[in-house]
Amino acid sequence: MAQIHTHDVIVVGAGGAGLMAAIGAHEAGVDVALVSKLHPVRSHTGAAEGGINAALRSGDSWDLHAQDTMKGSDYLGDAPAVETLCRDAPEDVMQLEHWGMPFSREEDGTVSQRPFGGLSFPRTTYAGAETGHHLLHTLYQQVVKRGIRVYDEWFVTRLAVTDEENPTDRVCHGVVGYDIATGELAGFHATGGVVIATGGPGQVYDHTTNAVSCTGDGAAMAYRVGVPLQDMEFVQFHPTTLPSTGVLISEGVRGEGGILYNSEGERFMFEHGYAANSGELASRDVVSRAELTEIAAGRGIEDEYVHLDMRHLGEERITDRLENILHLAEDFEGVDGLEEPMPVKPGQHYEMGGIETDENGATCIDGLYAAGECACVSVHGANRLGGNALPELIVFGKRAGLAAAGADLGAARIDTGRTHRAEPCDSELPEAAGGQAEPEVVTDGGTTEPTNVVEAAIADEKDRIDRLKRRDSDLHHSDLRNRIQRTMTDNVNVFRTEAGIRAALDEIRDVRAAYADVSVKDPSSTFNTDLIQTIETRNVIDIAETIALGALAREEFRGAHWREQFQERDDDEWLKHTFVSWDDGQPSLWYKPAILEGEAGRYEPKERSY
Amino acid sequence: MSVDRRTDTEPEAGAETQDENLVELKVFRYDPDVEEKQKPRYDEFLIPRERGMSVLEALIEARDRFDPSLTFRHSCRQAICGSDAMLINGQHALACKTLVEDLAEPIRVEPLAHLDVEKDLVVEMEHFYDQMAAVEPFFDPDELPDDALTEQRQSPENREQIKLSTRCIWCASCMSSCNIAAGDNEYLGPASINMAYRFLMDEREGEQRGAERIEHIADDHGVWRCQTQFSCTEVCPKDIPLTEHIQALKREAAKKNLKFW
Repeated sequence: MAQIHTHDVIVVGAGGAGLMAAIGAHEAGVDVALVSKLHPVRSHTGAAEGGINAALRSGDSWDLHAQDTMKGSDYLGDAPAVETLCRDAPEDVMQLEHWGMPFSREEDGTVSQRPFGGLSFPRTTYAGAETGHHLLHTLYQQVVKRGIRVYDEWFVTRLAVTDEENPTDRVCHGVVGYDIATGELAGFHATGGVVIATGGPGQVYDHTTNAVSCTGDGAAMAYRVGVPLQDMEFVQFHPTTLPSTGVLISEGVRGEGGILYNSEGERFMFEHGYAANSGELASRDVVSRAELTEIAAGRGIEDEYVHLDMRHLGEERITDRLENILHLAEDFEGVDGLEEPMPVKPGQHYEMGGIETDENGATCIDGLYAAGECACVSVHGANRLGGNALPELIVFGKRAGLAAAGADLGAARIDTGRTHRAEPCDSELPEAAGGQAEPEVVTDGGTTEPTNVVEAAIADEKDRIDRLKRRDSDLHHSDLRNRIQRTMTDNVNVFRTEAGIRAALDEIRDVRAAYADVSVKDPSSTFNTDLIQTIETRNVIDIAETIALGALAREEFRGAHWREQFQERDDDEWLKHTFVSWDDGQPSLWYKPAILEGEAGRYEPKERSY
Repeated sequence: MSVDRRTDTEPEAGAETQDENLVELKVFRYDPDVEEKQKPRYDEFLIPRERGMSVLEALIEARDRFDPSLTFRHSCRQAICGSDAMLINGQHALACKTLVEDLAEPIRVEPLAHLDVEKDLVVEMEHFYDQMAAVEPFFDPDELPDDALTEQRQSPENREQIKLSTRCIWCASCMSSCNIAAGDNEYLGPASINMAYRFLMDEREGEQRGAERIEHIADDHGVWRCQTQFSCTEVCPKDIPLTEHIQALKREAAKKNLKFW
C-alpha cells in the first residue's frame, strides 16, 4: 500500500511562485508542504536576469505600471489581474528586501531601478543581472526559516481529482508523486488545496532560454483533469538570446543603453522605423520581429543573428550592473562583451498563457490553484513586458498560497470555467487533432471520500508507470520530443502561416499516436531519468497542441501572435481570450471576452506603437 | 549508500580515438538497482563532434542516442542551477560550461568525490544540504523599518562586499574538493561557511545576530578546521573566494575572543 502524506496545502513546484505560495500558506497558519521534481534552488526562476517591476518611487505609481502592462499586453490582459499585480508589487518587492535580498543599490543605500522595454518609468528593481538567482535563494531561505516541509526530487505526475461530468463540479484532493531517488509512488493528500506552480513549457521549442526541466508538467496535468488552458498561442520570443545555446542575454543590457546593429552597422530599430520612439526598448515582440525581418532582408550576420553592443557603457558600469552577462557571453558564445558586440537572435522565452485562474489563484476546480508561468491570470495578455514575470510570481504566488490556506482575499472579479460569458469557436479545426491519448486522469475511485480519490489516482499512476516500463519497443521519448520541438520551431514561431500551423498540428497528431508505443529502456527504480523524461514528453505533446490550436484559430495579429494573412489587430472580433479544454480525449476551443474594466474606468485599446 | 568506486575497467590514459569526428567519453557507471551495474565500471561512448559542444551536450547525446539509462542531473544549461557539477578528467567542473574542445581525450567523466554515489554521475546531496541548513541560512535583522514600503539602507560598498558570497549555486564542488570535509563529516564545509559570511557581513543584520553567527561557525567543526589549502577556491565555478571568506570569519571569531579550536 502506497504511503499517503497529508498536509493542509500541497504546493507542486518550488520555483519563485511555489516558494512564495508555501510562504503565503504558512503565514495563514496552516501546514504546507512543497513537492518538486528539482531541489528548490535548481528551479528555473534562478535563471531570470533583468529585474522586478514595481512602482516604488515618487513620479511613478501603480496605475502607470498598470497602463504600461495593459498596453504591453496588446489589451488582452484582464484589468482586475493587472491592477492587483501593480498594486501589490511595491509592498511585495519591499518584503523581499526585508528578507535580505541583495538588490543593487544607489549611493544613498536605496534599491536601484532601471529602464526596461515598454515601461514609461524606470521601475525595474534588480540585483545585478542575476535577479532571479537572488530572488529564488531569498525565498528558499524564508522557507527554511519557517521549517516548511520540502519533498525535493519528487516528481508529481498526476492530480487526484473527482470525475463529475462538468469540470466546475470536480474537486481536487491531492496529487500523486514519484520519488526520483527510489521509484516509490506516494500520495499527497491536501485537506485545504493544491497549488500548481511548475513553471513554463519552453521545451516545446528547440531554441529556448528555458531549462530542460521546463516541460509544462503542471499545466498539462491540470488540462487533463478538465481545467482550461488560456491564451496558449501567445508565446514570447526574447529578442536577445545567444545563437548557439539559447542562453538569455538580459533586457537589462538594452535597459542600461545597449544598442542593436545589423550587418550594415545600422541601428535598425530606429533607422528602419520599427520603433521610432523607443528603439531598442520597444516591447519584446516588436524587437524580435524586427530582428528576424532584418535577417530575412539579408542584413543579418551569417544570415542568423544581429549584434548587441554594450561596449560604450564602459567596463565599470558593465561590471557593476551586468557582470553576469559578461560571464554568459564568454562561457556560452566565446565572446568578450567588453571588447566586441554580442551575437543575439530571438529565442523562445516565456509562455503568456497557462492554467486559467482568477486573481486569487483559483481554478474552476474546487481545491485546485495555480500561480506563476504555468498559470494565466491574466496579466500578460498577448505579450509580457520584461520585468513583469518576477512580480507576478511573488504577488500571485502569495495570493494562491493564502487562498489555498483558506484566507479571505475577497471575491474575485474574474470568472473561471465555462461560464455564461463563454463563446463558441467558429473556426474550422483539423479533425481529431487530439485523440489516442492514454486513459485519462480524472477519477473518483467510485467514492468521494478524499483519501480514496488519492488512492485511486495512485493506482492509476502505478499502472501507467508499469506499462511504460514493461513495454518493449525501440521508440525513445527523445525522438518524439525532438519532433515536437522541430515542428514548433519551424512552424509556430515568431512568424506564423496557416499552412505552417496545420503542418505542426499534423505532426503533433502523429507524435501523439506514436507515443502509445514509446518505451522506457532503463529498468531501474533508482533515479530513472528515462522514465521521468518519458512522462514529461507527454506533457510537451499536450502543451504543443494547445499552442498550435490557439494559433490556428486566432486570425489576427496581436502582441506576440503574428499571422501572415491577418496583419491587423482585430478588436471587433478578437478582444477575447482563447481557451482549450480537454473534453473526452479531444481538445476543444472556446472564448471569453477580455475584461478591460478597471477600477477607474476602461482601458480603451489604443494603437500600440513604441 | 557508500560505494567502492574502484572498477575493473579503469580508462587507459591516452587511448586514441579512431575517428577525429568522434568525441570519446569514458563515463563512470553504477546502479545499485540493476544487476549488471552493481559493480562500478566505465562505459565508452563515441559521440559525433560538434563545434562548441559542451560536456553536458555530449552526455545528452550519449544518453539519447546510445544508452537511455545513463544518468546525470542537469537543468538550466547555463551554470546557474548548480545541478551538473562532476569530475571531468579529474577536475571539478560544471558539465554545461566545460567545452569538449578544451579537453584531452578520451574525456573521463565521474561523479563528485566524497559524496555517496546514487547512480552513475548522480551523488547523494543530503549531506551537503544538511550542512547548508546548519548555519541558519536566512536573513535575520535585529529590526526592520516600520513601514512596509520603506527599505533598509545598504551601502553600495557593503553590497559589493557580500556580492561574491551571494553567487553560490550549491553545486557542492567545494565540498567534493575539500580534504577536511572528506575526513570530518561534521565539518560545515566551504559553501556553508560562505553562507554564514554572506549574512554576517551584511550590514543590514545586527550586532546581536552577528555574535550568534560567529559563535556557531567557530565551534569544533567550523572555520578553524580549514587548513587554507585553497582547493575550494580553485574549483568554485562562480569564482567565489571561499578560502578568503573562511579566513575573514576566522578573524571575526578571533576578534570576538571566542573559543579556539
